Amino acid sequence: MPEVVDARGLSCPEPVLRTLKAIKALGQGELEIWVDNPTAKENVIRAAKTSGWNVVEIKELPDSIKLVIKK
Amino acid sequence: MNGISNFLATRWGIILVGAIIGILAPILQKLGNPPNMGICVACMERDIAGALGFHRAEVVQYMRPEIIGFVLGSFISALLFKEYRPRGGSAPFIRFILGMFAMIGALTFLGCPWRSILRLAGGDLNAIFGLLGLVFGIFIGTIFFRMGYSLGRSQGFPYKAAGLGFPFLMLVCLVLLLIDSPLPGTNKGEFLFFSIKGPGSQHAPIFISLLAGLFIGILAQRSRFCTMGAFRDVILFRQFHLFLGVASFFIAALITNLILGQFNPGFENQPIAHTMQLWNFLGMALAGLCFALAGGCPGRQLFLSGEGDGDAAIFATGMIVGAAVAHNFGLAASPKGIGPHTPEAILLGFIVCIVIGLTMRVKKA
Repeated sequence: MPEVVDARGLSCPEPVLRTLKAIKALGQGELEIWVDNPTAKENVIRAAKTSGWNVVEIKELPDSIKLVIKK
Repeated sequence: MNGISNFLATRWGIILVGAIIGILAPILQKLGNPPNMGICVACMERDIAGALGFHRAEVVQYMRPEIIGFVLGSFISALLFKEYRPRGGSAPFIRFILGMFAMIGALTFLGCPWRSILRLAGGDLNAIFGLLGLVFGIFIGTIFFRMGYSLGRSQGFPYKAAGLGFPFLMLVCLVLLLIDSPLPGTNKGEFLFFSIKGPGSQHAPIFISLLAGLFIGILAQRSRFCTMGAFRDVILFRQFHLFLGVASFFIAALITNLILGQFNPGFENQPIAHTMQLWNFLGMALAGLCFALAGGCPGRQLFLSGEGDGDAAIFATGMIVGAAVAHNFGLAASPKGIGPHTPEAILLGFIVCIVIGLTMRVKKA
């Protein structure tokens, strides 16, 4: 089971802050991030890529977006 | 996997949007908007507060179509691109208070982050102190974020109508502007106040202002343009994406001002500005801190309001009320300098923000 960051409902910059915190704690592996708006999705993707992680899955659900990143 | 299919949210997209806004703002000035104020979200919301009679500073009363356009443009864009999502409930009243103090800080400097950049692009070197203050305020905000500051989660609303309130309010304001005009020899129409002198009397033609506002609203909603986020992301994550948009905004405005003959470098006699540098710094530091704690610059709050974000709408409303408070209680500055009670208000603002920053924290992120 990958580590999960639930950033739904949080305003900027909290989704990115939580993602980067999890990335730092994990070092490498797989991370699942939940957001609920396209801005947070774009910001998290940008932050993950800058940190050297790859986006391996983006699943858009009616009320939320699931992102899976890997390193 | 690239993941970002929205061109305006890419690096070149945000640079393009910054450049377009940077070109449009000085053109709006050329067409009648006040000097170095082609666009100023704080000043324009202050003028709206005046137009509605919330304050009686006769020189700053006008229902600014740009602000209406920002919200409605964002609303249209959000609908078109399926990003309209009614939501709210993340410490709304705290956001209202932050909006009020953001405006009090901005009216001490005489401009929001947008205008601080436009003032510098017009040669007003006093803006350097405002910009330094802005960055300092945002820096303080990032310290709170590192300590776990959060206003909590918002909730998505199941009913679409829940996000219509603020766009509808802006539509009503537009209708009032279109049907109303001042009675002969007065500054008062049937519903609205209209400045007959001062910055409030200076404006581009209504439909040009409205179209520019709508266009910027659409672009900014798509690109997530944010003048506070630009500095915050650099400080917090060394992420330069939004900063590129703001840099492009400044460069485009500077070039446009040079072409239009609107660049006048210096400290003295700058339009709608004062030279009390400590207060320029402290005013924008307070505003920057409030924008950081609320998660967006005043423009971004309007664009979010258009997307259905009720918390952002409450922040924007707080700014409008803050403008009334600032002018009614002698807190707002003028080109002569700060108001009689500016220092107390700025001090109170910092105390309130620090209390908010220290007490609203999640123990476990």
